[in-house]
Amino acid sequence: MEWLERNVPKVVLAPSFVAILVFVYGFIAWTAWISFTRSRLMPRYELDGVTQYERLFAAPRWDVAMNNLFLFGGLFIVISMVIGLMLAIFLDQKIRAEGVLRTIYLYPMALSLIVTGTAWKWILNPGLGIQEAVRGWGFENFTFDWLIQPDMAIYTVVLAAVWQASGFVMALFLAGLRSVDSEIIRAAQVDGIPTHRIYSAIIIPTMAPIFLSAFIVLAHLAIKAFDLVIALTGGGPGYATDLPATYMYAMAFSRGDLGQAASSAMIMMMVIFAIVVPYLYSELRPRRDQ
Amino acid sequence: MTSKTLLRWGLYGILILFALFYLMPLFVMLTTSLKSLEEIRTGSLLALPRDITFAPWAEAWSTACAGTQCEGLRPFFWNSVLMAVPAVMISTVIGALNGYVFAQWKFRGANLLFAAILFGCFIPFQVVLLPMAQMLGLMGLAGTIPGLIFVHVIYGLGFTTLFFRNYYVTIPQELVRAAKVDGAGFFRIFWSIFLPISLPIITVSVIWQFTQIWNDFLFGVSFSGAGSQPVTVALNNIVNSTTGVKAYNVDMAAAIIAALPTLLVYVVAGKYFIRGLTAGSVKG
Repeated sequence: MEWLERNVPKVVLAPSFVAILVFVYGFIAWTAWISFTRSRLMPRYELDGVTQYERLFAAPRWDVAMNNLFLFGGLFIVISMVIGLMLAIFLDQKIRAEGVLRTIYLYPMALSLIVTGTAWKWILNPGLGIQEAVRGWGFENFTFDWLIQPDMAIYTVVLAAVWQASGFVMALFLAGLRSVDSEIIRAAQVDGIPTHRIYSAIIIPTMAPIFLSAFIVLAHLAIKAFDLVIALTGGGPGYATDLPATYMYAMAFSRGDLGQAASSAMIMMMVIFAIVVPYLYSELRPRRDQ
Repeated sequence: MTSKTLLRWGLYGILILFALFYLMPLFVMLTTSLKSLEEIRTGSLLALPRDITFAPWAEAWSTACAGTQCEGLRPFFWNSVLMAVPAVMISTVIGALNGYVFAQWKFRGANLLFAAILFGCFIPFQVVLLPMAQMLGLMGLAGTIPGLIFVHVIYGLGFTTLFFRNYYVTIPQELVRAAKVDGAGFFRIFWSIFLPISLPIITVSVIWQFTQIWNDFLFGVSFSGAGSQPVTVALNNIVNSTTGVKAYNVDMAAAIIAALPTLLVYVVAGKYFIRGLTAGSVKG
Protein backbone atom coordinates (compact mmCIF):
# COMPACT_ATOMS: atom_id res chain seq x y z
CA MET A 1 0.00 0.00 0.00
CA GLU A 2 2.82 2.32 0.89
CA TRP A 3 4.67 1.24 -2.24
CA LEU A 4 1.63 2.19 -4.28
CA GLU A 5 1.41 5.57 -2.64
CA ARG A 6 5.04 6.33 -3.36
CA ASN A 7 4.76 5.18 -6.93
CA VAL A 8 1.47 6.74 -7.96
CA PRO A 9 3.14 8.92 -10.63
CA LYS A 10 4.73 5.89 -12.26
CA VAL A 11 1.51 3.91 -12.05
CA VAL A 12 -0.36 6.77 -13.72
CA LEU A 13 2.13 6.82 -16.58
CA ALA A 14 2.29 3.05 -16.95
CA PRO A 15 -0.67 2.59 -19.34
CA SER A 16 0.61 5.32 -21.67
CA PHE A 17 4.08 3.89 -21.48
CA VAL A 18 2.87 0.41 -22.41
CA ALA A 19 0.64 1.81 -25.16
CA ILE A 20 3.48 3.79 -26.74
CA LEU A 21 5.86 0.87 -26.36
CA VAL A 22 3.50 -1.51 -28.16
CA PHE A 23 1.64 0.73 -30.59
CA VAL A 24 4.52 2.96 -31.65
CA TYR A 25 7.80 1.15 -31.12
CA GLY A 26 6.46 -2.41 -31.30
CA PHE A 27 4.52 -1.63 -34.44
CA ILE A 28 7.50 0.02 -36.09
CA ALA A 29 9.51 -3.12 -35.33
CA TRP A 30 6.73 -5.29 -36.80
CA THR A 31 6.61 -3.23 -39.99
CA ALA A 32 10.40 -3.32 -40.23
CA TRP A 33 10.33 -7.10 -39.86
CA ILE A 34 7.65 -7.51 -42.54
CA SER A 35 9.68 -5.30 -44.87
CA PHE A 36 12.38 -8.00 -44.85
CA THR A 37 10.02 -10.87 -45.72
CA ARG A 38 8.16 -12.11 -48.77
CA SER A 39 4.75 -11.15 -47.37
CA ARG A 40 2.11 -10.57 -50.01
CA LEU A 41 -1.57 -10.77 -49.14
CA MET A 42 -0.87 -12.21 -45.70
CA PRO A 43 2.08 -11.51 -43.41
CA ARG A 44 4.82 -14.15 -43.49
CA TYR A 45 7.53 -14.08 -40.91
CA GLU A 46 10.49 -15.85 -42.58
CA LEU A 47 13.19 -13.29 -43.25
CA ASP A 48 14.18 -12.90 -46.86
CA GLY A 49 16.83 -10.19 -46.98
CA VAL A 50 16.35 -6.93 -48.78
CA THR A 51 14.29 -8.20 -51.74
CA GLN A 52 11.38 -5.89 -50.89
CA TYR A 53 13.64 -2.86 -50.98
CA GLU A 54 15.17 -4.03 -54.26
CA ARG A 55 11.68 -4.41 -55.72
CA LEU A 56 10.72 -1.01 -54.33
CA PHE A 57 13.67 0.82 -55.83
CA ALA A 58 13.14 -0.94 -59.14
CA ALA A 59 9.46 0.03 -59.32
CA PRO A 60 8.84 2.95 -61.72
CA ARG A 61 5.80 3.95 -59.67
CA TRP A 62 7.90 4.32 -56.50
CA ASP A 63 10.37 6.38 -58.50
CA VAL A 64 7.57 8.73 -59.52
CA ALA A 65 6.34 8.88 -55.91
CA MET A 66 9.76 9.83 -54.52
CA ASN A 67 10.43 12.37 -57.26
CA ASN A 68 7.00 13.85 -56.58
CA LEU A 69 7.75 14.00 -52.88
CA PHE A 70 10.91 16.04 -53.42
CA LEU A 71 9.34 18.29 -56.06
CA PHE A 72 6.11 18.79 -54.12
CA GLY A 73 7.82 19.02 -50.74
CA GLY A 74 10.46 21.48 -51.93
CA LEU A 75 8.02 23.81 -53.65
CA PHE A 76 5.44 23.54 -50.89
CA ILE A 77 7.96 24.39 -48.16
CA VAL A 78 9.66 27.24 -50.02
CA ILE A 79 6.48 28.90 -51.32
CA SER A 80 4.66 28.59 -47.98
CA MET A 81 7.63 30.13 -46.16
CA VAL A 82 7.98 33.00 -48.64
CA ILE A 83 4.27 33.84 -48.58
CA GLY A 84 4.08 33.34 -44.82
CA LEU A 85 7.03 35.61 -44.11
CA MET A 86 5.83 38.28 -46.54
CA LEU A 87 2.31 38.35 -45.09
CA ALA A 88 3.68 38.43 -41.55
CA ILE A 89 5.96 41.39 -42.29
CA PHE A 90 3.17 43.25 -44.09
CA LEU A 91 0.70 42.59 -41.29
CA ASP A 92 3.29 43.85 -38.82
CA GLN A 93 3.06 47.40 -40.31
CA LYS A 94 0.23 48.57 -38.03
CA ILE A 95 -2.43 47.40 -40.44
CA ARG A 96 -6.03 48.27 -39.75
CA ALA A 97 -8.29 45.19 -39.58
CA GLU A 98 -5.28 43.02 -38.83
CA GLY A 99 -7.42 40.63 -36.80
CA VAL A 100 -9.87 40.04 -39.65
CA LEU A 101 -7.09 39.47 -42.20
CA ARG A 102 -5.29 37.07 -39.86
CA THR A 103 -8.48 35.09 -39.36
CA ILE A 104 -9.01 34.84 -43.11
CA TYR A 105 -5.43 33.76 -43.83
CA LEU A 106 -5.49 31.04 -41.23
CA TYR A 107 -8.91 29.42 -41.58
CA PRO A 108 -7.85 26.86 -44.25
CA MET A 109 -5.75 25.16 -41.57
CA ALA A 110 -8.95 24.30 -39.70
CA LEU A 111 -10.33 22.39 -42.69
CA SER A 112 -9.92 18.73 -43.48
CA LEU A 113 -7.56 18.11 -46.41
CA ILE A 114 -10.37 16.10 -47.97
CA VAL A 115 -12.51 19.25 -48.00
CA THR A 116 -9.60 21.29 -49.38
CA GLY A 117 -8.98 18.73 -52.10
CA THR A 118 -12.67 18.59 -53.02
CA ALA A 119 -12.91 22.37 -53.29
CA TRP A 120 -9.78 22.75 -55.44
CA LYS A 121 -10.72 19.81 -57.63
CA TRP A 122 -13.86 21.71 -58.50
CA ILE A 123 -12.09 25.04 -59.04
CA LEU A 124 -9.38 23.47 -61.21
CA ASN A 125 -11.83 21.37 -63.25
CA PRO A 126 -10.97 22.58 -66.80
CA GLY A 127 -14.52 22.23 -68.12
CA LEU A 128 -16.25 24.25 -65.41
CA GLY A 129 -13.73 25.93 -63.15
CA ILE A 130 -11.22 28.77 -63.48
CA GLN A 131 -10.39 28.01 -67.11
CA GLU A 132 -14.04 28.27 -68.11
CA ALA A 133 -14.56 31.41 -65.99
CA VAL A 134 -11.62 33.25 -67.57
CA ARG A 135 -12.73 32.18 -71.05
CA GLY A 136 -16.13 33.58 -70.19
CA TRP A 137 -14.50 36.97 -69.59
CA GLY A 138 -13.42 36.98 -73.26
CA PHE A 139 -10.00 35.29 -73.13
CA GLU A 140 -11.07 32.47 -75.45
CA ASN A 141 -7.69 30.74 -75.58
CA PHE A 142 -6.95 30.80 -71.86
CA THR A 143 -5.88 27.34 -70.77
CA PHE A 144 -5.44 26.13 -67.20
CA ASP A 145 -5.86 22.37 -67.24
CA TRP A 146 -2.98 21.27 -65.02
CA LEU A 147 -5.30 18.94 -63.13
CA ILE A 148 -5.55 16.59 -66.12
CA GLN A 149 -1.98 17.00 -67.44
CA PRO A 150 0.25 14.17 -66.15
CA ASP A 151 3.35 16.36 -65.96
CA MET A 152 1.55 19.37 -64.41
CA ALA A 153 -0.94 17.76 -62.01
CA ILE A 154 1.58 17.66 -59.14
CA TYR A 155 1.66 21.47 -59.21
CA THR A 156 -2.06 21.59 -58.45
CA VAL A 157 -1.27 19.61 -55.31
CA VAL A 158 1.35 22.26 -54.45
CA LEU A 159 -1.19 25.03 -55.05
CA ALA A 160 -3.83 23.52 -52.76
CA ALA A 161 -1.28 22.61 -50.09
CA VAL A 162 0.16 26.13 -50.07
CA TRP A 163 -3.36 27.53 -49.81
CA GLN A 164 -3.92 25.32 -46.79
CA ALA A 165 -0.70 25.89 -44.84
CA SER A 166 0.78 29.30 -45.73
CA GLY A 167 -1.52 31.14 -43.31
CA PHE A 168 -0.22 28.96 -40.51
CA VAL A 169 3.37 29.89 -41.41
CA MET A 170 2.26 33.53 -41.37
CA ALA A 171 0.92 33.07 -37.82
CA LEU A 172 4.20 31.49 -36.67
CA PHE A 173 6.29 34.26 -38.20
CA LEU A 174 4.02 37.00 -36.90
CA ALA A 175 4.39 35.65 -33.38
CA GLY A 176 8.15 35.62 -33.95
CA LEU A 177 8.24 39.19 -35.21
CA ARG A 178 6.28 40.38 -32.20
CA SER A 179 8.67 38.69 -29.79
CA VAL A 180 11.74 40.54 -31.08
CA ASP A 181 12.99 43.02 -28.48
CA SER A 182 11.27 46.32 -29.29
CA GLU A 183 14.08 48.32 -27.62
CA ILE A 184 16.57 47.21 -30.28
CA ILE A 185 14.15 48.09 -33.06
CA ARG A 186 13.46 51.52 -31.60
CA ALA A 187 17.18 52.19 -31.22
CA ALA A 188 17.71 51.26 -34.87
CA GLN A 189 14.85 53.54 -35.91
CA VAL A 190 16.35 56.41 -33.93
CA ASP A 191 19.65 55.82 -35.74
CA GLY A 192 17.75 56.33 -38.99
CA ILE A 193 18.19 52.79 -40.34
CA PRO A 194 15.59 52.15 -43.06
CA THR A 195 12.81 49.67 -42.28
CA HIS A 196 13.85 47.03 -44.82
CA ARG A 197 17.36 47.04 -43.35
CA ILE A 198 15.98 46.66 -39.84
CA TYR A 199 14.10 43.56 -41.01
CA SER A 200 16.92 42.00 -43.03
CA ALA A 201 19.74 42.74 -40.57
CA ILE A 202 18.10 42.65 -37.15
CA ILE A 203 14.66 41.06 -36.99
CA ILE A 204 14.85 38.14 -39.42
CA PRO A 205 18.21 36.78 -38.18
CA THR A 206 16.86 36.58 -34.62
CA MET A 207 13.97 34.47 -35.90
CA ALA A 208 16.16 31.54 -37.00
CA PRO A 209 14.54 29.09 -34.55
CA ILE A 210 11.11 29.91 -35.98
CA PHE A 211 12.31 29.25 -39.51
CA LEU A 212 13.50 25.88 -38.28
CA SER A 213 10.17 25.10 -36.59
CA ALA A 214 8.22 26.14 -39.68
CA PHE A 215 10.47 24.01 -41.84
CA ILE A 216 10.02 20.96 -39.61
CA VAL A 217 6.24 21.29 -39.55
CA LEU A 218 5.98 21.85 -43.30
CA ALA A 219 8.37 19.01 -44.13
CA HIS A 220 6.38 16.76 -41.85
CA LEU A 221 3.13 17.78 -43.53
CA ALA A 222 4.65 17.17 -46.97
CA ILE A 223 5.90 13.68 -46.18
CA LYS A 224 2.59 12.68 -44.64
CA ALA A 225 0.53 14.26 -47.46
CA PHE A 226 -2.08 11.70 -48.38
CA ASP A 227 -5.63 13.00 -47.99
CA LEU A 228 -5.04 15.97 -50.26
CA VAL A 229 -3.77 13.85 -53.15
CA ILE A 230 -6.57 11.32 -52.70
CA ALA A 231 -9.25 14.03 -52.82
CA LEU A 232 -7.66 16.26 -55.47
CA THR A 233 -6.20 13.92 -58.08
CA GLY A 234 -6.66 10.41 -56.69
CA GLY A 235 -2.95 9.99 -57.47
CA GLY A 236 -3.65 10.47 -61.18
CA PRO A 237 -3.68 10.97 -64.08
CA GLY A 238 -2.36 7.40 -64.10
CA TYR A 239 -0.04 7.53 -61.11
CA ALA A 240 1.47 10.91 -62.01
CA THR A 241 0.72 12.47 -58.61
CA ASP A 242 1.52 9.46 -56.45
CA LEU A 243 3.42 10.20 -53.26
CA PRO A 244 5.04 7.65 -50.94
CA ALA A 245 1.96 7.82 -48.69
CA THR A 246 -0.45 6.98 -51.52
CA TYR A 247 1.92 4.30 -52.84
CA MET A 248 2.00 2.67 -49.42
CA TYR A 249 -1.77 2.79 -49.14
CA ALA A 250 -2.28 1.30 -52.59
CA MET A 251 0.12 -1.57 -51.83
CA ALA A 252 -1.41 -2.25 -48.42
CA PHE A 253 -5.11 -2.05 -49.21
CA SER A 254 -5.73 -2.47 -52.93
CA ARG A 255 -2.75 -4.42 -54.30
CA GLY A 256 -2.46 -6.82 -51.37
CA ASP A 257 1.31 -6.49 -51.27
CA LEU A 258 2.20 -6.15 -47.60
CA GLY A 259 5.94 -6.44 -48.23
CA GLN A 260 5.97 -3.44 -50.54
CA ALA A 261 3.66 -1.50 -48.21
CA ALA A 262 5.97 -2.17 -45.26
CA SER A 263 9.19 -1.30 -47.04
CA SER A 264 7.75 1.93 -48.47
CA ALA A 265 6.48 2.89 -45.00
CA MET A 266 9.95 2.30 -43.58
CA ILE A 267 11.50 4.58 -46.20
CA MET A 268 8.95 7.28 -45.32
CA MET A 269 9.83 6.94 -41.68
CA MET A 270 13.53 7.23 -42.38
CA VAL A 271 13.00 10.41 -44.39
CA ILE A 272 11.02 11.92 -41.48
CA PHE A 273 13.55 10.80 -38.90
CA ALA A 274 16.42 12.26 -40.89
CA ILE A 275 14.70 15.62 -40.48
CA VAL A 276 13.09 15.34 -37.04
CA VAL A 277 15.70 13.53 -34.94
CA PRO A 278 18.39 16.25 -35.11
CA TYR A 279 15.68 18.82 -34.40
CA LEU A 280 14.22 17.01 -31.38
CA TYR A 281 17.72 16.35 -30.11
CA SER A 282 18.61 20.02 -30.17
CA GLU A 283 15.27 21.02 -28.63
CA LEU A 284 15.30 18.51 -25.78
CA ARG A 285 18.98 18.70 -24.93
CA PRO A 286 19.33 20.24 -21.45
CA ARG A 287 20.31 23.86 -21.88
CA ARG A 288 23.33 25.29 -20.10
CA ASP A 289 21.32 27.98 -18.34
CA GLN A 290 18.99 25.47 -16.67
CA MET B 1 4.81 61.85 -48.35
CA THR B 2 3.07 60.78 -51.55
CA SER B 3 5.39 57.84 -52.12
CA LYS B 4 4.72 56.75 -48.56
CA THR B 5 0.96 56.90 -49.14
CA LEU B 6 1.42 54.94 -52.37
CA LEU B 7 3.41 52.29 -50.51
CA ARG B 8 0.63 52.09 -47.93
CA TRP B 9 -1.96 51.56 -50.67
CA GLY B 10 0.21 48.90 -52.26
CA LEU B 11 0.53 47.15 -48.90
CA TYR B 12 -3.23 47.06 -48.39
CA GLY B 13 -3.69 46.00 -52.02
CA ILE B 14 -1.46 42.94 -51.61
CA LEU B 15 -2.99 42.01 -48.25
CA ILE B 16 -6.48 42.20 -49.71
CA LEU B 17 -5.48 40.20 -52.80
CA PHE B 18 -4.23 37.42 -50.56
CA ALA B 19 -7.39 37.60 -48.47
CA LEU B 20 -9.37 37.07 -51.70
CA PHE B 21 -7.13 34.12 -52.61
CA TYR B 22 -7.77 32.45 -49.25
CA LEU B 23 -11.49 33.19 -49.35
CA MET B 24 -12.06 32.16 -52.97
CA PRO B 25 -12.49 28.39 -52.43
CA LEU B 26 -14.97 28.99 -49.61
CA PHE B 27 -16.86 31.49 -51.75
CA VAL B 28 -16.94 29.09 -54.70
CA MET B 29 -18.06 26.18 -52.52
CA LEU B 30 -20.84 28.22 -50.97
CA THR B 31 -22.18 29.76 -54.20
CA THR B 32 -21.92 26.46 -56.10
CA SER B 33 -23.84 24.66 -53.38
CA LEU B 34 -26.73 27.10 -53.82
CA LYS B 35 -26.96 26.78 -57.63
CA SER B 36 -28.92 24.34 -59.75
CA LEU B 37 -26.93 22.02 -62.01
CA GLU B 38 -28.32 23.87 -65.02
CA GLU B 39 -26.98 27.14 -63.68
CA ILE B 40 -23.58 25.59 -62.97
CA ARG B 41 -23.29 24.39 -66.57
CA THR B 42 -24.28 27.70 -68.14
CA GLY B 43 -22.91 30.19 -65.61
CA SER B 44 -19.47 31.16 -64.39
CA LEU B 45 -17.61 29.69 -61.45
CA LEU B 46 -17.36 33.04 -59.72
CA ALA B 47 -20.89 34.27 -60.40
CA LEU B 48 -23.39 34.61 -57.58
CA PRO B 49 -26.34 32.22 -57.81
CA ARG B 50 -29.32 33.67 -59.71
CA ASP B 51 -31.94 31.44 -58.13
CA ILE B 52 -30.85 30.26 -54.73
CA THR B 53 -31.77 26.63 -54.07
CA PHE B 54 -31.22 24.62 -50.91
CA ALA B 55 -32.03 21.31 -52.62
CA PRO B 56 -28.32 20.35 -52.96
CA TRP B 57 -27.91 20.78 -49.19
CA ALA B 58 -30.88 18.56 -48.47
CA GLU B 59 -29.57 15.97 -50.92
CA ALA B 60 -26.04 16.10 -49.47
CA TRP B 61 -27.41 15.64 -45.96
CA SER B 62 -29.89 12.84 -46.51
CA THR B 63 -29.96 11.20 -49.97
CA ALA B 64 -26.60 11.52 -51.75
CA CYS B 65 -24.90 8.23 -52.54
CA ALA B 66 -21.58 7.32 -50.95
CA GLY B 67 -20.70 4.14 -52.79
CA THR B 68 -23.78 1.95 -52.71
CA GLN B 69 -25.31 3.60 -49.67
CA CYS B 70 -27.65 6.50 -50.49
CA GLU B 71 -28.41 8.08 -47.14
CA GLY B 72 -26.40 11.25 -47.57
CA LEU B 73 -23.81 12.44 -45.08
CA ARG B 74 -26.10 12.26 -42.06
CA PRO B 75 -25.20 8.80 -40.70
CA PHE B 76 -21.49 9.44 -41.29
CA PHE B 77 -21.67 12.84 -39.65
CA TRP B 78 -23.01 11.14 -36.52
CA ASN B 79 -20.30 8.48 -36.79
CA SER B 80 -17.75 11.29 -36.63
CA VAL B 81 -19.47 12.79 -33.60
CA LEU B 82 -19.64 9.41 -31.85
CA MET B 83 -15.97 8.87 -32.62
CA ALA B 84 -14.58 12.33 -31.91
CA VAL B 85 -16.33 13.14 -28.61
CA PRO B 86 -15.12 10.15 -26.57
CA ALA B 87 -11.69 10.12 -28.24
CA VAL B 88 -11.15 13.80 -27.44
CA MET B 89 -12.30 13.37 -23.84
CA ILE B 90 -10.25 10.27 -23.10
CA SER B 91 -7.04 11.54 -24.70
CA THR B 92 -7.36 14.88 -22.89
CA VAL B 93 -7.87 13.28 -19.46
CA ILE B 94 -4.90 10.93 -19.91
CA GLY B 95 -2.79 13.74 -21.35
CA ALA B 96 -3.57 15.93 -18.33
CA LEU B 97 -2.47 13.27 -15.85
CA ASN B 98 0.64 12.42 -17.87
CA GLY B 99 1.57 16.08 -18.23
CA TYR B 100 1.07 16.55 -14.49
CA VAL B 101 3.51 13.73 -13.74
CA PHE B 102 6.11 14.93 -16.24
CA ALA B 103 5.96 18.50 -14.99
CA GLN B 104 5.66 18.04 -11.24
CA TRP B 105 6.47 14.46 -10.21
CA LYS B 106 9.69 13.81 -12.05
CA PHE B 107 11.45 10.53 -11.39
CA ARG B 108 14.60 8.99 -12.80
CA GLY B 109 14.16 8.31 -16.49
CA ALA B 110 11.13 10.60 -16.79
CA ASN B 111 12.78 12.84 -19.37
CA LEU B 112 13.72 9.89 -21.52
CA LEU B 113 10.16 8.60 -21.28
CA PHE B 114 8.79 12.00 -22.23
CA ALA B 115 11.07 12.11 -25.27
CA ALA B 116 9.91 8.62 -26.24
CA ILE B 117 6.25 9.67 -26.05
CA LEU B 118 6.93 12.91 -27.91
CA PHE B 119 8.65 10.97 -30.63
CA GLY B 120 5.38 9.17 -31.27
CA CYS B 121 3.94 12.47 -32.53
CA PHE B 122 6.32 12.49 -35.44
CA ILE B 123 6.12 9.02 -36.92
CA PRO B 124 4.37 8.76 -40.28
CA PHE B 125 1.24 6.76 -39.51
CA GLN B 126 1.87 4.57 -42.54
CA VAL B 127 4.42 2.73 -40.46
CA VAL B 128 1.78 1.56 -37.95
CA LEU B 129 -1.08 1.01 -40.38
CA LEU B 130 -0.53 -2.69 -41.09
CA PRO B 131 0.09 -3.95 -37.55
CA MET B 132 -2.78 -1.78 -36.26
CA ALA B 133 -5.15 -3.37 -38.76
CA GLN B 134 -4.13 -6.78 -37.42
CA MET B 135 -4.31 -5.67 -33.80
CA LEU B 136 -7.81 -4.23 -34.20
CA GLY B 137 -8.82 -7.56 -35.71
CA LEU B 138 -7.38 -9.45 -32.74
CA MET B 139 -9.15 -7.12 -30.33
CA GLY B 140 -12.43 -7.59 -32.16
CA LEU B 141 -12.57 -3.87 -32.93
CA ALA B 142 -11.90 -3.98 -36.68
CA GLY B 143 -14.31 -1.81 -38.65
CA THR B 144 -15.99 -0.34 -35.57
CA ILE B 145 -16.27 3.11 -34.04
CA PRO B 146 -14.72 1.96 -30.73
CA GLY B 147 -11.78 0.76 -32.81
CA LEU B 148 -11.36 4.23 -34.32
CA ILE B 149 -11.70 5.83 -30.88
CA PHE B 150 -8.95 3.53 -29.61
CA VAL B 151 -6.61 4.47 -32.48
CA HIS B 152 -7.20 8.19 -32.07
CA VAL B 153 -6.63 8.03 -28.31
CA ILE B 154 -3.33 6.15 -28.73
CA TYR B 155 -1.89 8.47 -31.35
CA GLY B 156 -3.28 11.63 -29.75
CA LEU B 157 -1.59 10.95 -26.39
CA GLY B 158 1.73 12.45 -27.45
CA PHE B 159 0.21 15.83 -28.23
CA THR B 160 -2.10 16.05 -25.21
CA THR B 161 0.75 15.02 -22.90
CA LEU B 162 2.95 17.69 -24.47
CA PHE B 163 0.30 20.42 -24.05
CA PHE B 164 -0.30 19.72 -20.37
CA ARG B 165 3.35 19.11 -19.52
CA ASN B 166 4.35 22.46 -21.02
CA TYR B 167 1.55 24.21 -19.17
CA TYR B 168 2.08 22.61 -15.76
CA VAL B 169 5.85 23.03 -15.89
CA THR B 170 5.36 26.79 -15.39
CA ILE B 171 3.69 26.24 -12.02
CA PRO B 172 6.21 26.51 -9.17
CA GLN B 173 7.10 23.22 -7.53
CA GLU B 174 7.00 24.85 -4.10
CA LEU B 175 3.21 24.74 -4.39
CA VAL B 176 3.27 20.97 -4.70
CA ARG B 177 5.83 20.64 -1.94
CA ALA B 178 3.75 22.74 0.43
CA ALA B 179 0.63 20.73 -0.36
CA LYS B 180 2.54 17.51 0.28
CA VAL B 181 3.64 18.82 3.66
CA ASP B 182 -0.02 19.44 4.41
CA GLY B 183 -0.64 15.78 3.70
CA ALA B 184 -2.26 16.02 0.29
CA GLY B 185 -1.64 13.14 -2.09
CA PHE B 186 -1.05 12.90 -5.82
CA PHE B 187 -4.67 13.01 -6.92
CA ARG B 188 -5.75 15.45 -4.22
CA ILE B 189 -3.15 17.98 -5.40
CA PHE B 190 -4.15 17.45 -9.02
CA TRP B 191 -7.83 17.79 -8.25
CA SER B 192 -7.74 20.85 -6.04
CA ILE B 193 -4.70 22.79 -7.29
CA PHE B 194 -4.01 21.90 -10.90
CA LEU B 195 -7.42 21.16 -12.35
CA PRO B 196 -8.98 24.50 -11.34
CA ILE B 197 -6.31 26.46 -13.23
CA SER B 198 -6.31 24.20 -16.28
CA LEU B 199 -9.23 25.58 -18.24
CA PRO B 200 -7.11 27.36 -20.89
CA ILE B 201 -4.96 24.33 -21.64
CA ILE B 202 -7.94 21.96 -21.56
CA THR B 203 -9.52 24.20 -24.19
CA VAL B 204 -6.40 24.04 -26.35
CA SER B 205 -6.18 20.28 -26.02
CA VAL B 206 -9.86 19.72 -26.75
CA ILE B 207 -9.83 21.99 -29.81
CA TRP B 208 -6.62 20.53 -31.19
CA GLN B 209 -7.75 16.95 -30.71
CA PHE B 210 -11.21 17.63 -32.04
CA THR B 211 -9.83 19.23 -35.20
CA GLN B 212 -7.32 16.43 -35.74
CA ILE B 213 -9.81 13.63 -35.17
CA TRP B 214 -12.70 15.20 -37.07
CA ASN B 215 -10.47 15.94 -40.06
CA ASP B 216 -8.68 12.59 -40.05
CA PHE B 217 -8.95 10.54 -43.21
CA LEU B 218 -6.13 8.00 -43.14
CA PHE B 219 -7.28 6.09 -40.05
CA GLY B 220 -10.91 6.46 -41.09
CA VAL B 221 -10.39 4.99 -44.53
CA SER B 222 -8.05 2.25 -43.29
CA PHE B 223 -9.88 1.02 -40.22
CA SER B 224 -13.59 1.74 -40.65
CA GLY B 225 -16.22 -0.66 -41.92
CA ALA B 226 -19.34 -0.06 -43.98
CA GLY B 227 -21.32 1.23 -41.01
CA SER B 228 -18.61 3.12 -39.16
CA GLN B 229 -17.05 5.42 -41.73
CA PRO B 230 -16.40 8.97 -40.55
CA VAL B 231 -17.65 11.97 -42.50
CA THR B 232 -14.37 12.65 -44.33
CA VAL B 233 -14.41 9.17 -45.87
CA ALA B 234 -18.07 9.52 -46.83
CA LEU B 235 -17.40 12.92 -48.40
CA ASN B 236 -14.63 11.45 -50.52
CA ASN B 237 -16.93 8.60 -51.58
CA ILE B 238 -19.74 10.96 -52.49
CA VAL B 239 -17.47 13.17 -54.57
CA ASN B 240 -15.89 10.20 -56.34
CA SER B 241 -19.02 8.13 -56.84
CA THR B 242 -19.39 7.57 -60.55
CA THR B 243 -23.04 6.68 -60.85
CA GLY B 244 -25.38 9.13 -62.57
CA VAL B 245 -24.84 12.78 -63.44
CA LYS B 246 -22.08 14.51 -61.50
CA ALA B 247 -23.87 16.77 -59.01
CA TYR B 248 -21.23 19.40 -58.27
CA ASN B 249 -23.62 21.45 -56.16
CA VAL B 250 -24.26 18.44 -53.92
CA ASP B 251 -20.52 17.77 -53.66
CA MET B 252 -19.90 21.33 -52.53
CA ALA B 253 -22.75 21.27 -50.01
CA ALA B 254 -21.38 17.98 -48.65
CA ALA B 255 -17.88 19.48 -48.36
CA ILE B 256 -19.21 22.44 -46.38
CA ILE B 257 -21.23 20.18 -44.09
CA ALA B 258 -18.12 18.08 -43.40
CA ALA B 259 -16.11 21.24 -42.69
CA LEU B 260 -18.73 23.01 -40.59
CA PRO B 261 -17.85 21.69 -37.10
CA THR B 262 -14.17 22.59 -37.30
CA LEU B 263 -14.89 25.91 -39.02
CA LEU B 264 -17.28 26.72 -36.22
CA VAL B 265 -14.68 25.85 -33.61
CA TYR B 266 -12.17 28.05 -35.42
CA VAL B 267 -14.52 31.02 -35.57
CA VAL B 268 -15.60 30.69 -31.92
CA ALA B 269 -12.24 29.79 -30.37
CA GLY B 270 -9.64 30.65 -32.99
CA LYS B 271 -7.25 31.96 -30.35
CA TYR B 272 -6.99 28.54 -28.73
CA PHE B 273 -6.79 26.82 -32.09
CA ILE B 274 -3.72 28.89 -32.98
CA ARG B 275 -2.18 28.20 -29.59
CA GLY B 276 -2.63 24.49 -30.24
CA LEU B 277 -1.05 24.80 -33.67
CA THR B 278 1.99 26.62 -32.38
CA ALA B 279 2.32 24.45 -29.26
CA GLY B 280 2.17 21.41 -31.52
CA SER B 281 5.07 22.70 -33.53
CA VAL B 282 7.30 24.63 -31.14
CA LYS B 283 8.48 22.60 -28.23
CA GLY B 284 9.36 24.16 -24.90
